[in-house]
Amino acid sequence: MENGKFGPFGGQYVPETLMNAVHEVEEAYEHYRKDPQFQEELEDLLKNYAGRPSLLYYAEKMTKNLGGARIYLKREDLNHTGSHKINNVLGQVLLAKKMGKTRVIAETGAGQHGVATATAAALMGMECEVFMGKEDTDRQALNVFRMELLGAKVHPVTSGTMTLKDAVNETMREWTRRVDDTLYVIGSVMGPHPYPMMVRDFQKVISKEIKEQIMEREGKLPDAVLACVGGGSNAMGAFYEFIQDKSVRLIGCEAAGLGVDTEKHAATIAKGSTGVFHGMKSLFCQDQDGQIAPVYSISAGLDYPGIGPEHAYLAETGRAQYVPVTDEEAVEAFEYLSRTEGIIPAVESAHAVAYGKKLAPTMEKDQIIVINISGRGDKDVAAIARYRGVEIYE
Amino acid sequence: MSRIAEAFGKEKAFIPFITGGDPDLEITKELIIAMEEAGADLIEVGLPFSDPIAEGIVIQEANERALSAGCTTDRLFDTIKEARKTVKVPIVFLTYINPIFTYGKEHFMKRCVECGVDGLIVPDLPYEEKGEIVDTCDAHRVELISMIAPTSKERIRMIAREAKGFIYVVSSLGVTGVRSEIKTNVEEMTAMIREVTDVPCAIGFGISTPKQAAKMASVSDGAIVGSAIVRMVAANGKDSVPVVADYVKKMKTAVISTCND
Repeated sequence: MENGKFGPFGGQYVPETLMNAVHEVEEAYEHYRKDPQFQEELEDLLKNYAGRPSLLYYAEKMTKNLGGARIYLKREDLNHTGSHKINNVLGQVLLAKKMGKTRVIAETGAGQHGVATATAAALMGMECEVFMGKEDTDRQALNVFRMELLGAKVHPVTSGTMTLKDAVNETMREWTRRVDDTLYVIGSVMGPHPYPMMVRDFQKVISKEIKEQIMEREGKLPDAVLACVGGGSNAMGAFYEFIQDKSVRLIGCEAAGLGVDTEKHAATIAKGSTGVFHGMKSLFCQDQDGQIAPVYSISAGLDYPGIGPEHAYLAETGRAQYVPVTDEEAVEAFEYLSRTEGIIPAVESAHAVAYGKKLAPTMEKDQIIVINISGRGDKDVAAIARYRGVEIYE
Repeated sequence: MSRIAEAFGKEKAFIPFITGGDPDLEITKELIIAMEEAGADLIEVGLPFSDPIAEGIVIQEANERALSAGCTTDRLFDTIKEARKTVKVPIVFLTYINPIFTYGKEHFMKRCVECGVDGLIVPDLPYEEKGEIVDTCDAHRVELISMIAPTSKERIRMIAREAKGFIYVVSSLGVTGVRSEIKTNVEEMTAMIREVTDVPCAIGFGISTPKQAAKMASVSDGAIVGSAIVRMVAANGKDSVPVVADYVKKMKTAVISTCND
């Protein structure tokens, strides 16, 4: 990687007002990633605050039921705040503190990244403001209150489609308004360099642990690692340490919504094309004029029209494979994992479970699949009930 | 001499901005013609983008209105071509990198030349990334306008040294929009620019009153006004042409009055 590019993807396409700020983050991150004290503090937070390492759980019932490969679940849902998002925000908020910033701002879709950022900000004594699409503040009212409880201020975003992409727009706008004392804590492996690299580095602890844990349990590498992909942070985290291990298939599961043949999907790799948006060159769902398309998924966390540039590169080079998973398949997998293993996954993670269910029976019994359960599903229970026709509201 | 250089050759320039296709393309054409008649020295036309991250709410909403009214890249090019039959002042597009990239940069620049678009302002294409299109711009003599912001500091000289057409000096932090007061020391910024280049500087972001425009023009080569005009278009819709023309006339008078200060 050179100048923040992954092959043709990546870059720093932000307004001039932000260029010095982005360079400041870049320099600070270059410095602190090699600073043993920073790494030690971060490791301590991950272990004693977030609860790492997360378990690698052998899903015996699921394995038997599907009758193929041995299935392991990486339990990121057991982290503090209930998802992998905490790994990244502890890193970024600690970095913000070291940089002398007193305020962090963040976008959020379903609210997981917003809650994680508010949590880290509370812990480290920083001011925190979160931008969230109006549509999402309505859908995820409980998470709004949760962030407020943690001391953050939540701004509903009423521009554009009022979802995650608009929340990113508004957070970038806010950063140009007040840049001196503020760090934008981006929630995924996206945005201008150094964010895609930095967020991946903070998330790669997932694959590092998977590797150690699977070697200890099985004495060999897995045959496939599966993760859901919106912006792609949990997937980058789960893939990264395996990229050099060519025998390990890396499979990202995109949100196909009502189906990739409809207009209601968020399957960027299946249906998108190269573009430049949100600070990066990558793949985006867009029309022939380069207008960013409104996307759809039952999962607010995957409801994003782009994908991190490193994923675009892994897709282009063929190192990783990306598959679309529909709402229906994800909901069915959500219910399946709940019943079979007593684990309620986030509806985002359920996309990866759904593809695992298809893949496992096609593999040999001595082969191994690892599915990253990026978050827990408590937040989705009401939405799934509504999907099944039961009118429950939080 | 390029049309843009000529526009700055005489007196302080007034540069109005409108969003292309808001409320429709016919009005866009009429506005361009009327603004030139009213004294505009250079006209900025926004090629709408779904997610304009450097814009405040006024121009964001104008982008949405234009796109819903059916403005496309091709249709806006056609409209500029129509206006060009009579309009002599330079016209520059303000847009984001994605519409240019998606259209194909070569094809885009050819259309600029064919329709009479003299330059491009691309807020999300900073100095470090201008390699994306700058060679194609140069090859077609479409001038890629550089922006300099209050946070640019030590970057000012680097950017100014390679600037073409004119330099867009961003007066304030944040996004576009009307401001009651401009606190940045823009004089310091233009002085630093002057150390390395003679390319004209025009100041934009936050300007709406004749007094502000006069003040900004007094420390530069011209003033740019966007949101204040777009707000008039939003309020008056298809009847906005005389309102905007009247405003442009007042603003032009204000900026040239600074010469006599």
